[in-house]
Amino acid sequence: MANKITITSENVEFLRKVEELSGEIITLCDQCGTCSAGCPMVGEMDITPSQMVRNVQLGITDVLDTKAMWLCASCFTCTVRCPRGLDLSKIAEALRQIKLRKAVDYIDINKLPEEDLKELPQIALISGFRKFTG
Amino acid sequence: MARIGVYVCHCGGNISEVIDVKEVAAFAGEKSDVVIAKDETHMCSDVGQQLILNDIKEHKLDKVVIAACSPQFQGATFMRTVESAGLSPYVMEMANIREQCSWPHFDFPKDATEKAKDLTDMAIAKARLDESLKKKMMPIGKRVLIVGGGIAGIQAALDLGDAGFKVYLVEKDPSIGGHMTQLSRTFPTEDCAACILSPKMADVPVNPNIELLTYSEVKNIEGFLGNYEVRIEKKPTYVDPAKCTCCDDCVDVCPAKVPNEYEEGLTTRKAIYLPNPIAVPHSYVIDVESCLGQVPLACTKCFDVCEPGAINYDQYAEEINITVDTIIMATGFEIFDATQKAVYGFGKYENVITAMDMERLIVHGAEGSPLRATGNRIAFIQCVGSRDEQVGNENCSRICCMYATKLSQLLKRSDPKRDIYVFYTDLRAYGKGFEEYYKRAQGDGVKFIRGRVAEVIENSKTKKLTLKVEDTLTRNIIESEFDLVVLSVGLRPNGGTDKVANMLRISKSPDGFLQEAHPKFKPVDTLTDGVFLAGTVQGPKDIPDTVAQASAASSRAIRLMNQGEFALDPIMAFVHEDLCDGCKLCVEHCPTDAITVSSGIASVNEALCKGCGSCLAACPKDALDLHVYTNDQVLAEIKSVLKSKKKEQSRFLVFADDMTAYRLSDNVGIAKMSYSIDSRIIRIPSCSRITPKLMLEALKAGADGILLGESEEKSSPFPDAISTINSNISKVKQILRKNEIEEERIRFVQFVTVMLGGFVNNMNGLGDYLKKVRPISDKKRKKLGIRN
Repeated sequence: MANKITITSENVEFLRKVEELSGEIITLCDQCGTCSAGCPMVGEMDITPSQMVRNVQLGITDVLDTKAMWLCASCFTCTVRCPRGLDLSKIAEALRQIKLRKAVDYIDINKLPEEDLKELPQIALISGFRKFTG
Repeated sequence: MARIGVYVCHCGGNISEVIDVKEVAAFAGEKSDVVIAKDETHMCSDVGQQLILNDIKEHKLDKVVIAACSPQFQGATFMRTVESAGLSPYVMEMANIREQCSWPHFDFPKDATEKAKDLTDMAIAKARLDESLKKKMMPIGKRVLIVGGGIAGIQAALDLGDAGFKVYLVEKDPSIGGHMTQLSRTFPTEDCAACILSPKMADVPVNPNIELLTYSEVKNIEGFLGNYEVRIEKKPTYVDPAKCTCCDDCVDVCPAKVPNEYEEGLTTRKAIYLPNPIAVPHSYVIDVESCLGQVPLACTKCFDVCEPGAINYDQYAEEINITVDTIIMATGFEIFDATQKAVYGFGKYENVITAMDMERLIVHGAEGSPLRATGNRIAFIQCVGSRDEQVGNENCSRICCMYATKLSQLLKRSDPKRDIYVFYTDLRAYGKGFEEYYKRAQGDGVKFIRGRVAEVIENSKTKKLTLKVEDTLTRNIIESEFDLVVLSVGLRPNGGTDKVANMLRISKSPDGFLQEAHPKFKPVDTLTDGVFLAGTVQGPKDIPDTVAQASAASSRAIRLMNQGEFALDPIMAFVHEDLCDGCKLCVEHCPTDAITVSSGIASVNEALCKGCGSCLAACPKDALDLHVYTNDQVLAEIKSVLKSKKKEQSRFLVFADDMTAYRLSDNVGIAKMSYSIDSRIIRIPSCSRITPKLMLEALKAGADGILLGESEEKSSPFPDAISTINSNISKVKQILRKNEIEEERIRFVQFVTVMLGGFVNNMNGLGDYLKKVRPISDKKRKKLGIRN
């Protein structure tokens, strides 16, 4: 079923915030799709990179709950090809920042089973806490 | 006592949204000699001009100052206005508060308003001393040079030739016709391109008014409207067209084979060849690069078989010198070099071709070309070399959408089994009949997919090509295999254009094509008098637009030439006879030998004087002067523009020559590029007019630095200006050294009109430097002086 969305000034605020954090003028994207087709990670993504940018253009904050931005490897393939000169890795990073600044604890050490705690490398655990608690 | 009227223009917001125009008008109203000062939304409109006319009558104004746009834009309009009120057109002065204030300094409205006041004050000071001069009438003939023999040049030549004007049509290739000779059919009507073009080409050599110079290049152009002296080099073809019967015997025996440019290298040609099947002039040409006959001992095969004896190895390049009154630039385009877009593999993968290659394939048979196999699955990739910052071309090439629509449906219709895809970013079908033509392609079954292709990968065994592209409408990533990939390459300016454009001092727009004088109302004029643009030299366009523009350019040229005379600015040197002692020092400094001394007093020949002002600095008695920019006027400008300077502020003057530096400052303003707000630009015909004395006066009056901006030597109308300026500057620097003032405060830059970034860098460079070294102390300023 098609989603119904409304576009309000709050949407513009989200776009402005992503533009400020990334330093990119996101409204410049003309949705040609070059980034998506050349992206080495696109097969793993739930939405394509160009779709991610489109969502930001429209100020749809749901984009923060998608996987694409976490899968971006910052390989810059899209950046060197973008006909409008946009740096998508910076946009993905901006989205990750916004998500992280919400400071939600995604990992609770008390809830991890003891066997897993023994198995998991400590360094991964610590960086996991850091990453997901902002 | 002068009676001055001052008018401050809002420019419909372009000025008033940044600058407080009321404040500027109020400021001007308090200046001495100013009778009235007003502000108005559009001074250049009928209302604005009427306002001036009424005030001249009512308030008996004898001088008019308009604070508005650059005099390059509306100067002529306002000169006409004051002229129609019975005043001399030279009593009108403009303060350029749009290109020099509101546009570059839009971020600093307060400072921009202060600068606008300074510039207005400067214009008032100059107006006070304006002389009532008259324009000088010069004769103009009926001779036109057209550079480039593509469809634009052909159309312009025929229009002008038919109207009775003498046309010299210069084409660098051995045949006229240009790119259109290579096309299969034209969109959207699908006329056979060669069939509609060849009668037009054939009309050219039979027109008695057209002198056709093919295989020729413009080597040099000097002069001005009504008197452009052109040197053309005609290369030898080694075949006498009068004797050649085009029997083909020579081609049969020629042993040298090279790629055929006309067929985009899909076939070969011989060293002796006919440029194309509809070539005009219809004659063989020997391509020296590949011919062996340049050493007649090695090969004389064509010579031996040529029955009419048309071949002559001893031809030499011919130099042709002509004088023309106007020039039409029709040098056209080149197709984008697709090897620059490496991800598409053109030049590396054998089944990736350009759209121009496809044109040639279709000419040889759309059903199945004898030249190469096309396969059944064909993909067109759009926007190759257009709309792409990664290759440096941001512009849309305007024709690729429609030629791909054409080629795809020609292929599809000739063989419906073919599977044809067009991958596009946006499909632009803006012209007459275009949308219908697009619909027809869709109806024929050509599939249009919205998405820019990211990369093309070749299967090294099958040579088939895999395209990676996002269908941006369904958000699926497509990876599909094709037999043939056609790149819809964009249009780039012809490489040869720059050379001629530099000779004519025409600037380029950011897309690299030549800049028209006004984007809306002077679309085929240039800022160089008597030079016009026709066709793709001005920007990508299709055939009908090119033809329309060529006809427009020829009618603009006719408009000038038909009058038999045109007005010339009275900017010329003159002698204050009471001061001249006949020392003759000026005589040797005049680059055009315009000054003579008889019975102890110098006099200036107005027909020869070009108004550079080189003689001014040479005169030890200040007896030589320059109309419109007199010593007193420039000094008054310097003093008034610096009047508002506060002690802690730093200010520098920019003397900008009219030909390049001043235009460049306008272009920078138009581009809304900002630069040091400490600058104050003063317009002069050439910096050679700024004598050492004036430079020192400027420093005395409060300037902390001076930048002299002049045209490059080769594009300058005043060939000796540079050496005069250098010698003037070294005199000033000597005095600065003596007074322990930094020499770097005086700078000299040679500009070209396209160097927007260079202009900004130079302005900021001096601005920052002056901030660092602090203003010159009053004690030091006072001591500055020059003994003549």
